[in-house]
Amino acid sequence: MPYLSLTEEDKKAFLHQIGVRSFSELIASIPQSLRDPKVSIPEALSEPEVQGLITRLGGKNTTTKDFLSFLGAGSYEHFIPAALVEIISRQEFLTAYTPYQPEASQGTLQAIYEYQSLMTELTGLAVSNASHYDGATSLAEAALVALKHTDRSRVLVARSVHPHYRETIRTYLAGTPYVLEEFGFDAGGSFNRQEFLEKLDGNVAGVIFQTPNFFGVVEDLEGMSEKIRANGSVMILTGDPLSFAIFRTPGEWGADIAAGEGQPLGLPMSFGGPYLGYFVTSQALMRRIPGRLAGLTQDADGKRAFCLTLQAREQHIRRERAGSNICSNQALCALAACSYMTLLGKQGIREVAEINCDRASYLRSQISKLKNFEVETSQTIFNEFRVKSKKPFAKVEEKMKAWKIFPGVALQPFYPELKDQFLVCATETKSKEDLDRFVEALEKC
Amino acid sequence: MLISSDDRLSFEKSRPGRRGVDLPKERFCAADPLGNVPQNLKRQGPALFPEMSEPEVVRHFINLSRKNFSVDTHFYPLGSCTMKYNPKVNEWAARQEKFTALHPLQSQETTQGMLEILWGLEESLKEISGMDRFTMQPAAGAHGELTGMMLVRAYHASRGDAHRTKVLVPDSSHGTNPASAALLGYHVVEVKSNSHGCVDLEDLKRHLDEHVACLMLTNPNTLGLFEKNILEITRLVHEKGGLLYYDGANLNPLLGIARPGDMGFDIIHINLHKTFSTPHGGGGPGSGPVGVKKHLVPFLPSPLVGKTKDGYVWEKRSPQSVGRVKSFHGNIGVIIRAYAYLRSIGREGLRQVSEAAILNANYLRVKLKDTFCVAVNDPCLHEFVLNLSAFGAQGVHAGDIGKRLLDLGFHAPTVHFPLVVAEALMIEPTETETQETLDQFVSAMKQIAREIETDPAIVKNAPHTLPVRRPNDVLAARKPILSYRDMVREKVLAAEVAA
Amino acid sequence: MNFPENLRYTKTHEWIVAQGVKVKVGVTEYAQKEISDVVFVELPKKGLVVQQGKTAAVVESVKAAFDIYAPASGKVTDANTTLEGNPGLVNQSPYGDGWMFELELSNPAELNTLMTAQQYGEFIHQSAKH
Repeated sequence: MPYLSLTEEDKKAFLHQIGVRSFSELIASIPQSLRDPKVSIPEALSEPEVQGLITRLGGKNTTTKDFLSFLGAGSYEHFIPAALVEIISRQEFLTAYTPYQPEASQGTLQAIYEYQSLMTELTGLAVSNASHYDGATSLAEAALVALKHTDRSRVLVARSVHPHYRETIRTYLAGTPYVLEEFGFDAGGSFNRQEFLEKLDGNVAGVIFQTPNFFGVVEDLEGMSEKIRANGSVMILTGDPLSFAIFRTPGEWGADIAAGEGQPLGLPMSFGGPYLGYFVTSQALMRRIPGRLAGLTQDADGKRAFCLTLQAREQHIRRERAGSNICSNQALCALAACSYMTLLGKQGIREVAEINCDRASYLRSQISKLKNFEVETSQTIFNEFRVKSKKPFAKVEEKMKAWKIFPGVALQPFYPELKDQFLVCATETKSKEDLDRFVEALEKC
Repeated sequence: MLISSDDRLSFEKSRPGRRGVDLPKERFCAADPLGNVPQNLKRQGPALFPEMSEPEVVRHFINLSRKNFSVDTHFYPLGSCTMKYNPKVNEWAARQEKFTALHPLQSQETTQGMLEILWGLEESLKEISGMDRFTMQPAAGAHGELTGMMLVRAYHASRGDAHRTKVLVPDSSHGTNPASAALLGYHVVEVKSNSHGCVDLEDLKRHLDEHVACLMLTNPNTLGLFEKNILEITRLVHEKGGLLYYDGANLNPLLGIARPGDMGFDIIHINLHKTFSTPHGGGGPGSGPVGVKKHLVPFLPSPLVGKTKDGYVWEKRSPQSVGRVKSFHGNIGVIIRAYAYLRSIGREGLRQVSEAAILNANYLRVKLKDTFCVAVNDPCLHEFVLNLSAFGAQGVHAGDIGKRLLDLGFHAPTVHFPLVVAEALMIEPTETETQETLDQFVSAMKQIAREIETDPAIVKNAPHTLPVRRPNDVLAARKPILSYRDMVREKVLAAEVAA
Repeated sequence: MNFPENLRYTKTHEWIVAQGVKVKVGVTEYAQKEISDVVFVELPKKGLVVQQGKTAAVVESVKAAFDIYAPASGKVTDANTTLEGNPGLVNQSPYGDGWMFELELSNPAELNTLMTAQQYGEFIHQSAKH
């Protein structure tokens, strides 16, 4: 056992020092009937054997490095700087505990503070928390904030918001008196303005839009915040944070809360987690923010110091009166995002977003020339777009396997009316050859 | 000096024109795709990120890391946190590109190795805990608790049991227990603990009626003591039609020794970042898989992983499933680490872990009990609590002792928790610490006791040797400065006031 | 410790002005000492109807949150918004500038169920013994 140091001799000596004759005296309080359960798990493996096992299991996976992938839909393939990996592998970050003892955690606290600062810059809103679990849970808690803040009972959400996010909000609201209602999208994939305005009434606590939305379309939210504010409701935006580097930010749209998925900011796709929920609000909602907040203060000598603050919002103090129950968040993921945003910097964050837009726009225009596929080219997109296949998409996917390509995410499982439509994503990881090869393969489908 | 005293933010080190990363220059579109985009859809003002070169950024963050305590540098006897060593082969496993480069929506034929890990970890957790099925979706312990409460609600609703509106929690419980129950609209009622921190059976019986949906418990409790009456407790609750929820934070001493499933619990969550050695990361990511007995399986979040003769599959959604508690499948990177850990320690390793955890805790307890008041002097399991109120005479609190330990090279234990013990210090050494480390900790504690006699100020004003002294948390709460923007605004306002 | 004569007191350490129909409410000097540095006060909204003994406000210190209970039933007609920028007033001047909210009493007779300054002083003294 490599991780223990107690030998059999040590154990005997300990028992003697503790003053018991046998180990069973230490567990005497456990009823006999419960003791010595039969637990069948695999026998121990040495480290080389564990590495061999993991390698073998990995060999049974076909990844986005083995196949050329155009999968997006809430999890994105992006370039991760090597320096970022070095920073988050640093043991003092990786194996540190929550910074409840600030004097022993200034590294973690300052990194969280910088993450919060970067997120306020990126989203254009005033106050960011230290992270939430992911986009779906962050958005669900944003809905809860809106409900508590306004004392109303309905939340409206665009159907063009990620299906997993809508489902998670529904799960969170089940069994409560709160209701989640959807408004639809038009043929082009943008939210249906009329349907939305019809549903906006005095019982709506909050409204949720996604931009770019699940179909990759950048939404025009002109006039929305004025109407929502006049109605006394909270405006919540979710969306790929990388897109905020070039497209209008939640703050610029007049949103009260930006809550969504930070995975594009330096986290690998990793089959879905760990990801990063960002949660940023206007100044007015600061005290309703769930989760941890790192604040700036001074120490006893007047030196700059960081510490967790406004903790009396949280579960360990308010217990059943807390607005949220969150304890552990995704701190290391926030550190990764912080490193990413710092390495890219003011110019780089803009550039990487522009490159994404360039790759996806190029691919879209190439696909639009193909006979067997239909694609709308007039909408503003970031890095993904919808394609309609004239032949069954399942057949397209099947054929693409031979060319070692993942063509995109099928939309029909999420939207039954979108038959044979799929979502194609092209990020800065795709070369021109990659994109041209994909188009060639599609042509043959 | 070794630890940098430069406490500037990255924003303050920024110089225009510097950059940390180069990106491809070529554009594939003939014309700028943003050229046709309406002005009102574009970002109006720039994102004022810092501008630094790669060497600067690396130096900035590495210097920050050196201001941290961590398990890899210090002993962390934090009660109920199980700060055991984080094995490096787990890191190696989670970083393999064959896993990190998997997209969560890939077809199941392309992810058989990944699904085998999910299924394999579930099988092991079932065996270890005595439960029938697990969901891996919850991203943390508290998230698992919330999921558990959703299952409680769904179960009672399915049986038409609409009047079960109460959830019972012990007064010694972690704050996430009542918070999770309250989020779903339950009325939370506290059950008293006796002097052993165990559930007061009489008080429990007083509160138990047909309105109780669930009793949430952790066993051993937050004093490190096993609920002797656990079988009676679960019987009583079940008799009234209620369910039992197990908070798995204190599972470390029970591996291979006893199982919550056998005790009568219907739902449990496990903290992979505690018992199963995954790193804390400065506050996450963790993972909180939730396990249930058969009668609750239909309500679990979807989808679950199944094994068929043709391979591993995503099972068809159960019509009674509560839905999703997050996007995609769970904190996979953390799950891979836990899987590697269990394959490393194996069946025989389980009992070695829990035995060593219990031995280390009792060793410390016995070595400290002559100098300090142990809240309960019976043999403990993996942790024990000191009551430090005697030092109140010199004006010293448990928190001060924790701070002085930082000077002496140890992270403070959990302070002022559980609430049922005055001036509490909760100590959990875990099994991965050597006797020498434990002895050093005992010496440090005894030194502090002596200092309180001879020079209490050195304890009251500790720490003295760290990058900062005690931060003014009152100021931080009264005047929240939560971003670089806030900081700049404060400076400008202060300058105006001065002028 | 100071317990002004013109106020009435609750067992949970709130004070209320004893004369009139629209009366101010706050916490006693004893309470502010127990709470230690107040960092935030969650005040009730104007128009809120409260019952005697139910939570009307919450006071936060760095480490804890304390429910403030309405000493009598009525409607909240005003709240001390200066506490938003200066919560420390509760510590500095618990009976003066640190007042929390104003109530329009629905049942002034309830004031007779509360303690006088002398009774409250004795109550504190007795509690300290245990």
